[in-house]
Amino acid sequence: MGEVGTIIKVSGPLIVADGMADVQMYDVVRVSQKRLIGEVIELRGDRASIQVYEETGGIGPGEPVETTGAPLSVELAPGLIESIYDGIQRPLNIIRDQTGDRITRGIVVDALDHEKLWEFKPVCAVGELVKAGDILGTVQETEAVEHRVMVPPGVEGTLSWIFEGSCNIISPIAKIKTEKEEQEVNMLQRWPVRKGRPYGKKLPPNEPMLTGQRVIDTLFPIAKGGVAAVPGPFGSGKTVVQHQLAKWADADIIVYVGCGERGNEMTDVLMEFPELKDPRTGLSLMKRTVLIANTSDMPVAAREASIYTGITIAEYFRDMGYKVAVMADSTSRWAEALREMSGRLEEMPGEEGYPAYLSSRLAEFYERAGIVETLGSNPRLGAVTAIGAVSPPGGDISEPVSQATLRIVKVYWGLSSRLAYARHFPAIDWLQSYSLYIDRLSAWYKKEITEEWPDMVQRLMDLLQSESELDEIVRLVGIDALSFNDRLILEATRSIREDFLHQNAFHEVDTYASLKKQLMMLSVILAYYEQGMDALNADASFAKLTALPVREAIARFKYTPEEECEERFKQIMEQLCNEMNGLSEGGEEDA
Amino acid sequence: MRKEYRTIKEVVGPLMMVENVEGVKYDELVEIEQQDGELRHGRVLEINGDKALLQLFEGSQGLRITTSKARFLGRSIELAVAPDMLGRVFSGMGSPIDGGAELIPVKRLDINGAPMNPTARDYPSEFIQTGISAIDGLNTLVRGQKLPVFSGSGLPHAQVAAQIARQSKVLGKDENFAVVFAAVGITFEEADYFISDFRATGAIERTVTFVNLANDPAIERIATPRMAITAAEYLAYELDMHVLVIITDITNYAEALREVSAARKEVPGRRGYPGYLYTDLATMYERAGRIKDKKGSITMIPILSMPEDDITHPIPDLTGYITEGQIILSRELNRRGLTPPINVLPSLSRLKDKGIGSGKTREDHADTMNQLFAAYSRGRDAKELAVILGDAALSDTDKLYAKFADSFEKEYVSQGYYTNRTIEETLAIGWKLLSILPTTELKRIRDAYIEKYLPKAKEE
Repeated sequence: MGEVGTIIKVSGPLIVADGMADVQMYDVVRVSQKRLIGEVIELRGDRASIQVYEETGGIGPGEPVETTGAPLSVELAPGLIESIYDGIQRPLNIIRDQTGDRITRGIVVDALDHEKLWEFKPVCAVGELVKAGDILGTVQETEAVEHRVMVPPGVEGTLSWIFEGSCNIISPIAKIKTEKEEQEVNMLQRWPVRKGRPYGKKLPPNEPMLTGQRVIDTLFPIAKGGVAAVPGPFGSGKTVVQHQLAKWADADIIVYVGCGERGNEMTDVLMEFPELKDPRTGLSLMKRTVLIANTSDMPVAAREASIYTGITIAEYFRDMGYKVAVMADSTSRWAEALREMSGRLEEMPGEEGYPAYLSSRLAEFYERAGIVETLGSNPRLGAVTAIGAVSPPGGDISEPVSQATLRIVKVYWGLSSRLAYARHFPAIDWLQSYSLYIDRLSAWYKKEITEEWPDMVQRLMDLLQSESELDEIVRLVGIDALSFNDRLILEATRSIREDFLHQNAFHEVDTYASLKKQLMMLSVILAYYEQGMDALNADASFAKLTALPVREAIARFKYTPEEECEERFKQIMEQLCNEMNGLSEGGEEDA
Repeated sequence: MRKEYRTIKEVVGPLMMVENVEGVKYDELVEIEQQDGELRHGRVLEINGDKALLQLFEGSQGLRITTSKARFLGRSIELAVAPDMLGRVFSGMGSPIDGGAELIPVKRLDINGAPMNPTARDYPSEFIQTGISAIDGLNTLVRGQKLPVFSGSGLPHAQVAAQIARQSKVLGKDENFAVVFAAVGITFEEADYFISDFRATGAIERTVTFVNLANDPAIERIATPRMAITAAEYLAYELDMHVLVIITDITNYAEALREVSAARKEVPGRRGYPGYLYTDLATMYERAGRIKDKKGSITMIPILSMPEDDITHPIPDLTGYITEGQIILSRELNRRGLTPPINVLPSLSRLKDKGIGSGKTREDHADTMNQLFAAYSRGRDAKELAVILGDAALSDTDKLYAKFADSFEKEYVSQGYYTNRTIEETLAIGWKLLSILPTTELKRIRDAYIEKYLPKAKEE
């Protein structure tokens, strides 16, 4: 039982209590008899300002505030995967069983099932010297995820006893003789969310996280352990991009944080993910996913906590040696939650009312991503890739949250409403977006795909660049002013846009394209352009060139299932060659 | 007997300060009684020690602080609900104003509601046929969706909303249907348009109306939409009805919120609106939806007028981030006489993909929809170009696209406020329009559907 203070002020989610002299900053407190969960965010003498994670209606001065003496922490152990949590790691499905369709207040539930039995298989033997981060044993958490139970941070010594068989997460599975005492270890670890979990050392990222999305993998790749931002006005498809990444990214674990967004979007994930299959393992996508939902009608203070909860869970799986991806949709809502609390604390505002510490908080969050060598005697490689959606007001990225984010992230997928209106999805604007990982990753692409990859991508970008210049001319003087060579560029880029960059997330085949398929698609489009250019230079007719039937075959190539791709690729290439040859023969006749 | 306080110290704009209070709770409802017995209502916004800050719903005009008494009621604002609500008209604070008998409440519900557990939500996927091609075909509405109409002063949003209310139905089902209509700060004429239209079609029997007119107290508007949604929740989840909620105009609501925020001297966000406008709007809009194992549903169509037709203004902007799409009315199309003047390109229904396709509308719906969008967008570009450079500057294909865009606006979008098209009719018009273009341009449609649905006559 903690110390008890008294409420003296209530203003929305902010409560001020006195008699709180001995609490620490960021301690979790219980507010009033309703036992609402709150967190201390400011201390002045014995007065504490508390942000309350639940609705404060019906709370008034005079009611007690009790501290728990611990900061906001998450429970880490088998059972995380397939869960859906609110912003402070309360399982929403269990809350529903307890209180029905609406979320009521003061609910206390364990984040993880403390009773459930797991089959623990030790991998260490008694007498071994173990230290923090070493794997003691494993639990098959879902078909897709082997949960590696680690020695908690700060413990080091000789293993004096280890358990084998089924047990729950709070009973001891090992005893470790440290310098001072013999310490019992169970599977459950608690970790404060605002503090990054320790690791051995950080490494520079050098391998792409493939997403099956052509515009991303080919033009603006993200590295495993990298950070990316997706800003865009509403309706430009931020959430679809995030969902696509959560579905198809080649990460071992996905942590999806729905932060201040629509309830139906979380429902969509909950209903769709169990049905979808991971293209690499063939298992249900839900078997590798943890969901955190603070929808926009849920209390605003918990929104602030939700992204920390998400990244802490991600770090925990990283420590096991997994490649984890965290999606936060949307960080703008998180920033607005900060702003609201800051306003109620009567802090001096920075830009647009956001607190002055906005950018440092954002940087702190994104810096928790990265590829690391974990703790332990046999360090593993683990990665956390962070992708944050940003919702700039009016789509104008000159606002503080976008700007603070862009200063940190290395990949920028800028969504444009112009593309979205034309139903070009994903609406990632190729002229604005960038990836600073391209150089770092080119070695990987050269080795795994083809030596020519960087060169092909560059040719693609050059064409798109020329298109925007030629478009200007067309707008001024009309298409007839262009030479046939320039018009062929426009034909080729139209094909790049419509047949390659455009990708239908709701089409069963087109939703995912392996890198190999991307290479083949890219090859046929570039081949058409280059052979067409040669043909034009050999005086072929432009009208005939653009009317070649192979163009339709190229356009439909994206709907070819992965396993038939190679076959189809050969056919198209052959058809292209034949038709081009026919063209130059025909061209000569014309001449 | 509750304590009465005669310690009202300050009245500033819509705010009031009461001192020396005890046991007051946040968000509590307060009654203020004037000397002549007139009652006003307020809500606790902040309590600091023994000082309570109240927001007055009926405004502060004519209030005398020395003789008024404040009574804290120990509960938040509630709405009395009963099945008899259907067909009745209520004030913005939920009391009957149609001259009928007082409602005998079955229960009283807190108008703030409680957040819905995301795991309890059922994903909206039932197609609603509104009979409007621009919506059914391209920006499909589904049951449980919140789809606002973004309009501007002088645009026919009322006609569009009334048409939706009049024609909406779920195919092949005959279910309990109700409309909840909230007039928030609009003129008598506009409110009367809706009510007369409901009366003319007989829908009034199935309608609950809440009216806060332009000359009613502005602060009352903060409660009105929540009253309406609370009524809708009662009808949907306790009486198993499918409820369509129409709220007009959200802009007036946001302005009332700004008034309170400004009076509290809060740090403003954009354009003087409070930083919590997003959260506030979200707690309202998010109450639309479906709940697992419940028969009813709430579909919400909020209407808002964009100041200066500016979609980046905070109200449409934040709304767009919360709602599942938007229907945008265009001044240009309105000027050109299109009825309804829906600009389909920036309009969007996020839930359409789950509500269309085989078994719901028709297998070819998604593909043709994408193709129509892409073609119309290109056609508009071509037309723009033609304006600058003349038709001659267009390539042959672009000429066809330009022709497509014209026919599309005329035949597909502009159908009139009293034409009720079935989804088959809408799809057929779409295919007819697409046949203007060469088949090679129809890249977004699967070959099988082209084979099956494209009108063949053209080949000759």
